[in-house]
Amino acid sequence: MSARMTYREACRQAIRDAILADPRVFLMGEDVGRYGGCYAVTKGLMEELGEDRIRDTPLSENTLAGVAVGAAMAGMRPILEIMTVNFSLLALDQIVNSAATIPHMSGGQFAVPLVIRMATGAGRQLAAQHSHSLEGWYAHVPGLRILAPATVADARFMLAAALADPNPVLIFEHVMLYNAEGEIPDGIRSVDIARAAVRRAGGDVTIVTYGGSLPKALAAADMLAAEGISAEVIDLRVLRPLDMETVAASLARTRRVVIVDEGWKAGSLSAEIMARIMEDAFWDLDAPVRRVCAAEVPMPYAAHLEQAALPQPEGIAAAARALVKPP
Amino acid sequence: MTAKVHLDRAHGLALLRDMMRIREFEAACAEQYQAQNIRGFLHLYDGEEAVSVGVMQALAPEDAVVATYREHGQAIARGIPMRPLMAEMFGRLSGCCRGRGGSMHVFDRTTRFYGGNAIVGGGLPLAVGVALADRMQGRANVTACFFGEGAADEGAFHESLNLASLWHLPVLFVCENNGYSMGTPVEVAEADTEIWHKAAGYRMHGERVDGMDVVAVEVAARRAAERIRAGEGPVLLECATYRFRAHSMFDAQLYRDKAEIEQWRERGPILRFRAWLEQAGLLHEGEAATMEAEIRAEVADAVAFAEAAPLEEMADLDRFVTMDEVPA
Repeated sequence: MSARMTYREACRQAIRDAILADPRVFLMGEDVGRYGGCYAVTKGLMEELGEDRIRDTPLSENTLAGVAVGAAMAGMRPILEIMTVNFSLLALDQIVNSAATIPHMSGGQFAVPLVIRMATGAGRQLAAQHSHSLEGWYAHVPGLRILAPATVADARFMLAAALADPNPVLIFEHVMLYNAEGEIPDGIRSVDIARAAVRRAGGDVTIVTYGGSLPKALAAADMLAAEGISAEVIDLRVLRPLDMETVAASLARTRRVVIVDEGWKAGSLSAEIMARIMEDAFWDLDAPVRRVCAAEVPMPYAAHLEQAALPQPEGIAAAARALVKPP
Repeated sequence: MTAKVHLDRAHGLALLRDMMRIREFEAACAEQYQAQNIRGFLHLYDGEEAVSVGVMQALAPEDAVVATYREHGQAIARGIPMRPLMAEMFGRLSGCCRGRGGSMHVFDRTTRFYGGNAIVGGGLPLAVGVALADRMQGRANVTACFFGEGAADEGAFHESLNLASLWHLPVLFVCENNGYSMGTPVEVAEADTEIWHKAAGYRMHGERVDGMDVVAVEVAARRAAERIRAGEGPVLLECATYRFRAHSMFDAQLYRDKAEIEQWRERGPILRFRAWLEQAGLLHEGEAATMEAEIRAEVADAVAFAEAAPLEEMADLDRFVTMDEVPA
């Protein structure tokens, strides 16, 4: 029987399962215990699982990331929750200089099997220090695996796969998805963390996206369908290493691509995807690759400005339409 | 392990030997640097040997060590053999990190040596994590975390000492205060130049010891480790020391007088301890020379090993960027 739940509940069940399944797994973070998580993901878990496995911490992002690295090197499987990707910049040192380097730097003597979960993205009027999409920065770094669950099933099962990975894995949960409801199909007990997924099949244009932009891309595909344009929507799921095979296979059929990313354009993940398409699939293209990304501004507070700064279904549809039916 | 030091002849000679082994190993490193067999940054520990040798006496094999980019002393005192250590400096496959880490990033799984960290303050959070893992897995081990006084300027110092004390974790924080963060005197960087004072702010036991006196360091480290093993929480042990050589091989040392270095050299840990052993009748005539010859042979063997060691295959450039499994 398929189960219907929110993305938040899926994240919560995933953490609970992981801790119950493996004595080496624990979760730590700011306000994850007594408070229940700043996005209420861990509500009730400390009461059920105890203060040893659900650890409230001081506000020390950099040290917490380093503690996770040390604990992982010494046999544990830590999950660190960082409230938002903006705060994770305080932990950039330990994530980039320790977690990502130590396996290689130690000549393979130590693995760093940790998971860091954090919220990303805009849409809640939280302004410029809580709303950015910086996952693309992390996708720049060799040694890290970067996940962006966009569906309830991925929110439910990506964590277990991430914990089974011997490498540091960062999971980005988009703030606008926590309340989203979805079905977990019958019989699904696990997901891979290697491949992109085609979320909607189509033949005229490929829309490549991930995370919080997936619902917007699907809405754009609905609009296009009403006009007789068939859009294929690819959910990247894994931002590093990128599954370009799935993208290339799609564009070999559609010959047109729009990339949708809530990150900024300059020096970005969307730029990387474009570059890979140029390098590997240029001759399959019938039109230039287009991007719909966040405006190059720090995320503003006012609702109308925030929405104007973000990719929207209308803009995605317009970009796709212009490729299929040039004006 | 007890806090009492039994300074019998065998133990005294062992302390002297380890300090001399570090000194000789690094003299060879400097030579090999001039010969361009070692490149990159090379930070020598010359003058600070009593700190690592003294502290290691308080550790058991199951305990853990986290060090800095100036970690040859810790590595040797912890028991990492000179051969893979020197081969690592040479960037060879037979190096302890297969040539990927170099002088600043020595790791050794066998002795629970968690690096060689070249981010100032970067090792402190790691040490807290290792200690947390030991605690959560029911292992009564101590993690010794070495760092310079410059690390006390960093936020990670505050965060790590706070968390270790809050969670009552078994970490021995060893501050090697050599008076200079590269070229910046401690007076120019710290509002309170006695780092051990900061322990009080974390409700942690702190103390300062003469880091040029190997026995004093050993006594303090044993006492600290005993406290930690007894469940009294982490300890901050400041060791007042001095580095005789430059910060790295690129340092012209314009920030200090030669006279200052000479004054400290007279208090050098090896010179002083050797004289004391002789006076106490524990080091007999000719023994030091024999020891020196043995150590020189060990170092020469390590250099020859490193010179002859193969290079990593180019095809393995990206090996270990990601791991296929967690090493058992």
